[in-house]
Amino acid sequence: MDFTYTEIQTMLADSVGKFIDNEYDFDTRQAYAGSDKGYSEEVWSTFAELGWTAVPFSEEDGGFGGGPTDVMVLMQSLAPGLVVEPYLANVILAGGILRRAASPDQKERWLQAIIGGELQATLAFNEPQARYDLASVHTTATADGDDWVLNGTKGLVLNGGTADLLIVPARTAGATVDEDGITLFAIDADAAGVSRNAYATVDGLRAAEITLDGLRAGADAVVGEVGKGFGALDATIDDATLAVCAEAVGIMYVLKDKTVEYSKNRKQFGVPIGSFQELQHRMVDMLMACEQAQSLLMWSVMKRDAEGDHCKRAVSSIKYLIGTEGKKLGEDAVQIHGGMGVTWDLDVAHYFKRLTTICTLFGNADWHLDKLADTAPQT
Amino acid sequence: MHVTFSDKDLAFQEEVRAFFREELPDDIRDAMDSGVELQPDMQIRWQQILYRKGWAGVNWPIEYGGTDWSPVQKYIFAREEAFANAPLVIPFGLRMVGPVIYTFGSDEQKQRFLPDILASNVWWAQGYSEPGAGSDLASLKMRADFAGDHYVANGTKTWTTLGQHADWIFCLVRTSADVARRQEGISFMLIDMKSPGITVTPIILLDGKHEVNEVHFDNVKVPVENLVGEEGKGWTYGKVLLQHERTNSAHTFRSEYALRKLRAQANRSVRGAPPLADDRNFMRKLAAIEVDLKSLEYIELRTLAAISSGKAPGPESSFLKIKGTEIVQAIDELTMEAAGYYALPYKAEPSVGEGAETQSALTYFNNRKVTIFAGSNEIQKNIIAKHVLGL
Repeated sequence: MDFTYTEIQTMLADSVGKFIDNEYDFDTRQAYAGSDKGYSEEVWSTFAELGWTAVPFSEEDGGFGGGPTDVMVLMQSLAPGLVVEPYLANVILAGGILRRAASPDQKERWLQAIIGGELQATLAFNEPQARYDLASVHTTATADGDDWVLNGTKGLVLNGGTADLLIVPARTAGATVDEDGITLFAIDADAAGVSRNAYATVDGLRAAEITLDGLRAGADAVVGEVGKGFGALDATIDDATLAVCAEAVGIMYVLKDKTVEYSKNRKQFGVPIGSFQELQHRMVDMLMACEQAQSLLMWSVMKRDAEGDHCKRAVSSIKYLIGTEGKKLGEDAVQIHGGMGVTWDLDVAHYFKRLTTICTLFGNADWHLDKLADTAPQT
Repeated sequence: MHVTFSDKDLAFQEEVRAFFREELPDDIRDAMDSGVELQPDMQIRWQQILYRKGWAGVNWPIEYGGTDWSPVQKYIFAREEAFANAPLVIPFGLRMVGPVIYTFGSDEQKQRFLPDILASNVWWAQGYSEPGAGSDLASLKMRADFAGDHYVANGTKTWTTLGQHADWIFCLVRTSADVARRQEGISFMLIDMKSPGITVTPIILLDGKHEVNEVHFDNVKVPVENLVGEEGKGWTYGKVLLQHERTNSAHTFRSEYALRKLRAQANRSVRGAPPLADDRNFMRKLAAIEVDLKSLEYIELRTLAAISSGKAPGPESSFLKIKGTEIVQAIDELTMEAAGYYALPYKAEPSVGEGAETQSALTYFNNRKVTIFAGSNEIQKNIIAKHVLGL
């Protein structure tokens, strides 16, 4: 039994931590978030140079050979920076689905470019009617000679406004919520027939609603087998869920620490507010939520490492815990900061917003609790 | 990161599992499964089976007849014990006063008391709380006045669990009033329950059971050789003991066993009613507790890994107590809910309903105590706020 990191994982955590401490303070982050693109291309190049974009990919695919634990270490270490660069959209989502489904040629062309920091891609996993159901795909792809013609709308495409390449699940067969009959397409984001309504999200990141109107794609745009795209989509979203949960746990510790610190310094009625028992007990609850979440995250990641894609219960368990305890922790952090907690200038509000966003991403607590209610735990 | 056991530990696990399978007597197993209170003779019989195997003193050093197990072995033992639904040992002798005596007692005290504690020949009770000293234990008032070769003890202890069966009681008593802090001047004393001047009066709990007592001391003579360690240092000794009490209070495996039973019950039709598994609301509550418990299990494992690598256990024992007892109560509540009307019969003879379901409400009522005893959960939060958060 051992809960320590390997030497390489420790080095990864240290190098990310140093980068955040030295080059990514809150004001810098806010400046990047407010820029046209919504992130820094220069920082993205640094990510690639330091090898972080290679972490989840096998050595065969030109990656670092990392697994869920390495991604956890990386995401948790990035969390204190509230990083706006599209690691989730580009590396975890687009890279993740290409890693699972793409042909060697496609990997050469796109995955190498993602690892190298030259390509921004994303995965259009959501549709307006789908809520959190990945199989709810109304977007159609109809064969026309050797080509395909795509029609439909994708909701919340993370970094959809700035990405160059879109991985788009579309229905080539089956009813609108069938897992079978979903095909993955790699689409040039600037192609004719693609219109993008880009927006900022409440956490300071970016997304887009994307409409495909008679978009033509060649046979070489198909990623994986026709009609069999759901497995890779589902597994990629599970990986992404663990990744954002790791980020959430990192944020939870930051909020807990900042809140405890603030309560020691802020004086009212002539004493630090941290001397009030009601607030002390709330902060103990925050600490316990951190320890619970960290422990369950480690369990989930180890389970995923050992059992692979079948291990859905671990994913839903940690997402449910973040969606309940994490959400409450964020609210308490703001409450204990009082009026300051609801101001734009204080970083606490921005950690809170990112945490709240993560609670929604890839299924909220209710969605995952339903999944847990429907399946028995393995012994 | 990994949570696999070594081959040696896996072999140990097999040995422990086989022991519980083969040595737990059927009548005790049946009594445990029915959810009713275990009779004292059954309890003692089981503890003596453990003793003969050499497994009574789980935490004890080998020189006093203990197991000398590693933290991982203790963990494995507790898990197998829970999954076999074997009785827990009564803690007052084996887990509380025993460790205090072998840590702080004189050689004579060790020789006199430890063998009978280990063999469960003597039933011990705990004398900490008083009518005016609950969570605020340091306000205790029971006095022991020095009188040459003995002390004269006067006062009242309360919430004395199973004190009606006790042969001996260990008490925190005030031996000096002239102190700067209330925690000073308190001594740790061993008192023979047959001493003249002791009376035991029952306190009946909300489930109708006689589990706890008040113990009154009226000019009770306590020989000086029954003082443990130094006079006035009892608070320090008592704190060591309380930390022990809390580390053992996460009940993770007992909770896991109870949840598994509840899930099995939910999956079958009872008395022709559709299985509870069809009820989304019920299953969501069950699943939420499973998540909570899994996280606690891994907090415990992380603590265990830290202890195994040489770190001292800290105030996280408070954490395990809070979360562990909250989960116990959540499971009790859901088990009662699962029984529906069949939770309601009280002392029905002959019994009605199936298995332990008619005990479910009584268990729920009785276990309201778990967030109150051993330092209420609110006191635990005070401890964490002070010692972990530095507030």
